[in-house]
Amino acid sequence: MIRTISVEEITNNIKEMCIEANHYLSKDMEESLKKAAGQETSALGRKILNQLQENLQTAGEEMIPICQDTGMAVVFVEIGQEVHVEGGLLEDAIHEGVRLGYSEGFLRKSVVRDPLIRENTKDNTPAVIHYEIAAGDKVKLTLAPKGFGSENMSCVFMLKPSDGIEGVKHAILTAVKDAGPNACPPMVVGVGIGGTFEKCALLAKKALTRPVNESSPIPYVKEMEEELLEKINMLGIGPGGLGGRVTALAVNINTYPTHIAGLPVAVNICCHVNRHAAREL
Amino acid sequence: MDKYITTPITAETTKGLRAGDYVYITGTFYVARDAAHKRLIEALEKEEREFYARLPKRDKNNGNLAQPEEEALKKKLREALPFPVIDSAVYYMGPSPAREGRPIGSAGPTTASRMDKYAPRLLDLGQKAMIGKGKRTREVIDSIIRNQAMYFAAVGGAGALLSKCIKSSELVCYEDLGAEAVLKLEVEDFPVIVVIDSNGNNLYETAIKEYAEII
Ligand code: SF4
Repeated sequence: MIRTISVEEITNNIKEMCIEANHYLSKDMEESLKKAAGQETSALGRKILNQLQENLQTAGEEMIPICQDTGMAVVFVEIGQEVHVEGGLLEDAIHEGVRLGYSEGFLRKSVVRDPLIRENTKDNTPAVIHYEIAAGDKVKLTLAPKGFGSENMSCVFMLKPSDGIEGVKHAILTAVKDAGPNACPPMVVGVGIGGTFEKCALLAKKALTRPVNESSPIPYVKEMEEELLEKINMLGIGPGGLGGRVTALAVNINTYPTHIAGLPVAVNICCHVNRHAAREL
Repeated sequence: MDKYITTPITAETTKGLRAGDYVYITGTFYVARDAAHKRLIEALEKEEREFYARLPKRDKNNGNLAQPEEEALKKKLREALPFPVIDSAVYYMGPSPAREGRPIGSAGPTTASRMDKYAPRLLDLGQKAMIGKGKRTREVIDSIIRNQAMYFAAVGGAGALLSKCIKSSELVCYEDLGAEAVLKLEVEDFPVIVVIDSNGNNLYETAIKEYAEII
């Protein structure tokens, strides 16, 4: 049976999700930030972590965005192959949702139409949209506004198979060290390993939408996540990059099959304002 | 140590502060980010070209001006800027839009390194304080020392909280830049941390070393 979903429903949900994601963090992020304050050894670090708690509270209560960089809207769409979208184009419906969300929600418009001519589009469109066709008759939307302080510190490494797991760990630690204070630590580190050049970047981006208290289902990857988190928190960068223990809240790694000749690794750094909202229609 | 200062920020003010000090600033901030800085510097370059063009029989590539001419040029350049640059504090920030009845929206710092290319020129003309987040280049640090200036960090990603310290906001220029326009803010007890002091001490480097267990 084909299920019909109207473009208005898509637009409305995207609009609400833009506003929601920019004012409230998910439960797992909130709890993880709270826990971090108890683990911080530096007094200045603790002070900053407490400010971040207060900031979240002010944001939610007074409807002020958590961060002024309300990001470029990244949208993951998982669309069941039994879904029929009615009333227009799915793509247009998503952009329209972003446009309405950013205008009506008093969110900052940070998108320029051309990367070199750099004229602001004044409504934060277009979004960056990734589609996946899934089984069933549901549409799952995940919206992640991405700030560029941390996005700018992200990178892709095309490693050699002989670099192995140590090479991968080294690459991730290097990316985090280089990011330092610029990425508004404590950060969340999204990693993609395998696939192709673009696939590993997408894996890394998607890893950032996984709850920070959830580990990879693959045992050796889970171990690597834990080891890297521990190592990152020994780098000394700390909250705000001003020294301390809590440099990262989580390392989330996604993997994918790759070519015999390659070992691509992407590190997508996100700040403590790791925003995402998800809905199933 | 917690300290309280007011703008204008003079060489006297920066002399009393060290990297690592927690400081509350009250007074006036001028807001500018990448696109605004680009225009400020273009305005200075235009003024400078015109100044040299007016000088009689001078080698245009030879920047060694005599003292009175040097001062005259500086004066012209300062006048070309849309805000009084001497002893000013510039906040690297692009706010989210204000809701009705509020002076500003979310208003935390942006990454300062994007202003590295432009900052020394403004410091040389008298700007004393930069407020942002993240690392700076050697050129900026040298310019901080040369001008007894200072780099402060505000907490990145605390824009809702920081907005509460902003009492008023007024457009200065470049309205067409939207979130990147130049603004004049009145702030009260705005919390910052001295990262690079006027002696060139850099908290980002010293603090990480202090807490690092591995490198
Ligand atoms: S990196 Fe994150 S917290 Fe920092 S300014 Fe950008 S969006 Fe905000």
